[in-house]
Amino acid sequence: MSPPEAGAAPPALEARGLVKTFDVRRGLLRRRVGAVQAVADVSFSVGAGETLALVGESGCGKSTLGRAALRLIEPTAGEVLLDGRSLTALPPGALRAARRDMQIIFQDPFGALNPRMTVAETLAEPMLLHGLADAGDVGDRVRALLAACGMQPFHAGRYPHEFSGGQRQRIGVARALATRPRLVVCDEPVSALDVSVQAQIVNLLQDLQAEIGAAYLFISHDLAVVRHIAARVAVMYLGRIVETAPTAEIFARPRHPYTRLLLEAAPRLRPGARSRTVVEGDPPSAMAPPPGCAFHPRCPMAEARCRIERPQLGRVGGADVACHFAEAAPTPQDEAPQAEEGMLARRIAALQAARAAVGQDRRPAAAPPPA
Amino acid sequence: MTEAPLLSVEDLRVHFRVEGRVYRAVDGVSFAVERGRTLGVVGESGCGKSVTSLAVMRLVQTPPGVYAGGRVMFDGVDLLTLSARRMRALRGGRMAMIFQEPMTSLNPVYTVGDQIAESLAAHAGLKGAAARARVTELLELVRLPSAAKRASDYPHQLSGGQRQRVMIALALANDPDLLIADEPTTALDVTIQAQVLDLIGDLRARTGAGVLLITHDLGVVAETCDAVAVMYAGRVVETAPVAALFADPQHPYTVGLMAAVPRVDAARGRLETIEGSVPPPWSTAPGCRFASRCPLADARCRAEAPPLAAVSPGHAVACWRAPIEAAA
Repeated sequence: MSPPEAGAAPPALEARGLVKTFDVRRGLLRRRVGAVQAVADVSFSVGAGETLALVGESGCGKSTLGRAALRLIEPTAGEVLLDGRSLTALPPGALRAARRDMQIIFQDPFGALNPRMTVAETLAEPMLLHGLADAGDVGDRVRALLAACGMQPFHAGRYPHEFSGGQRQRIGVARALATRPRLVVCDEPVSALDVSVQAQIVNLLQDLQAEIGAAYLFISHDLAVVRHIAARVAVMYLGRIVETAPTAEIFARPRHPYTRLLLEAAPRLRPGARSRTVVEGDPPSAMAPPPGCAFHPRCPMAEARCRIERPQLGRVGGADVACHFAEAAPTPQDEAPQAEEGMLARRIAALQAARAAVGQDRRPAAAPPPA
Repeated sequence: MTEAPLLSVEDLRVHFRVEGRVYRAVDGVSFAVERGRTLGVVGESGCGKSVTSLAVMRLVQTPPGVYAGGRVMFDGVDLLTLSARRMRALRGGRMAMIFQEPMTSLNPVYTVGDQIAESLAAHAGLKGAAARARVTELLELVRLPSAAKRASDYPHQLSGGQRQRVMIALALANDPDLLIADEPTTALDVTIQAQVLDLIGDLRARTGAGVLLITHDLGVVAETCDAVAVMYAGRVVETAPVAALFADPQHPYTVGLMAAVPRVDAARGRLETIEGSVPPPWSTAPGCRFASRCPLADARCRAEAPPLAAVSPGHAVACWRAPIEAAA
C-alpha cells in the first residue's frame, strides 16, 4: 500500500509487515507438529476518520489481523503505529494507557458484555480508568453516551440480559466509543443482527464516526454492508491481502479473481439477476497453504507460473493487486448501477414521508461526552 | 393450476404455554408449496418461520407447544392428524429437512456414511453393499470430493460446507417429495453458500421435489425462490411470486425490510430503519401486529387485524393501508 505522503499527518493506524503464527500442538506432550500462519506479512493503513474494510471468508485471518493490530494478541513480527507512534515496543503500562485510543466492537454482543455489570458500570469503567470522568460527572457522561447511541436514561441501571441483541450491540458500540478513541476495530459488528436492527447499528456507527472522527477497521464477510460503510476495501485470502482499492473502484473493477468470485457469490436483491459462476472447492487449510499463489487451486485463470511463484501486491489502475494476471482481468459485464426500482422507490418515499409526519425519524440526540 | 399443491398449510396455529402465558408463535399462517417449486419464508428472528417449518414436520415439542389450530395438508393428508408412527415413516422418507447447523444435526460418533445408511435401512430396507453403493452415489450427487472415501469420515473431519452437503445427501436419501431447508446457508461463507444453493436448485430440478426454504436473507430469496411468504410476529403479512414481491412490495414491513438492506450491486444512501420492536409473543392486543411500528397505522389498524387479501393473482397482502402511496 502506498506510504503516507511526506508532510501529511500520519494515518490513525498503520501496520507494517504484520505476521502472526500460531503453533499447532498435538498429543500428550503437546509437541509442536506444525504452525499456522494466520497473518502473513500484511501492511495497510487507515486514515483518521476513515473506514477500511477487511473482507474475506472464515479462516482468512481477518479477525486475527484486527486483534494483532490492537496488540490484543502479540504479533509474531511486524510493527503497528497508532497516530505515527509505534505500539509494538510499548511496555505494558504505556500500552494500557494507549488503549484509550484503540477500541474494539465484537460480533457477539452477548459474549462481549460482562453479565454482572449494569450498563452504567460497563460504560463508566473505561472513562474512569482513563481519567476521562470522575465520580462526580460520570453519571452525566453515561447518560449522554446512552443518548448518543439511541438508548434511554433508565437503561443505565439494567443488566445485559435484559436487552435484545440490537440494544446489546448499541451498548457494545457505546462502550467502545466511551473514550473517544482514534481507532475502532469493528469485528463483524452487525453479522449476528436482523436486517432492520443491522441498519440501525450501521447508521449509528456512521453517525458516531462523523461525530468523533475515529478510524474504523471494519472486519466483515458481508460485501453489501462493506460497500455501504467503507471508503476502502482490503480483500484477504489465507493470511494475505490479495487486493486493496477504494470502495467504488473495487466494486466497479474487481481485479483479483478471488475478489470477483466473492462479488459474484453475494446474493443480489433482484430476482433473475443471477449469472454467477460458482467456483468449486473450499478454501485450503492455513496449515498447509498451497505453494505459489494460495488461490491457484480454485482460480479459473491459474497457469503454471501461479503454482510456483507467489504474486506480490502491485499497482494496477486504481488498485493494489497480488495476481500475475491482474492486467488481464476480464472487464466485468457492467452491472448497471441499480437505482432503486420505480415502485419500490416510490413506496420507500411514501414510508419516509409518513415517518416524518409522525415524527419517527429519530437520530442520535446528543454527542458523546467530550474527552 | 388444477392439481392440489404438494404442501398446503392452512390457518396453522402453534402456541407455547410457558409460565402461565400463551406465546402465539405461529398464529394463522397459510401458504402452499408446489411440486418442483421453491417457496421462501422470510422474516426476522422470532417471526415464527422456524416454528412453522418444524410444525410442518410435526417436530414441535409438545408440551410446551400446542398445535392450536389449522391444517398441514401434505399430498391430501392432514399431517396434524396422523399417528406418530405414520409421521415417523414420512420424516426422512417423503419429507426431509436440512437444518442450519450441520455440526449439531449430525451425530458426532458415527461416520457420515453410517448415518446415511441408517436412513436408507429404515425407509427403503437397503442394507450391505447396496446401501454402501447408494451412500456413495448420494455423496457424489452432492459433489463431495472423493465421495467413497469420505463416507467413512466423521462429521468433525469435514469442513462446514462439506457437512452441509452431507446433510443434503441425508435429506435426499429416500427421494423426498418435499425438502424443508431452515436457513441452510446461514452459517456458511458466501462462496460456499452459492455452491449449496445451486446444489439445492439442481436437485429440485432433477427430482421435481418441492422446497420450503426458511431464510432471513432477501437476497437468497430473490435468487432461489419462485414464491415468497413474508412473516411478521407469527403471521404472513405478504405473499407473492418472487418477481412481484420485489417489483411491487405492498406491505409497509416488506418495504421497510427492502429499504433496510445494503446492496452489493448499488451504492445506497442512509439505510432506512424500522423503529420500535416486535410486540411480545404473548400480546393479545387486537389489530395489526405491525401497527406499533408502522408510520401509516391509523385507528382501524390498531383495532382490527387485516386479513391476507389478494391484490393480483398470487399476490396477497395483510394491510388495511396497502398499497402505500406517496399521497398517503
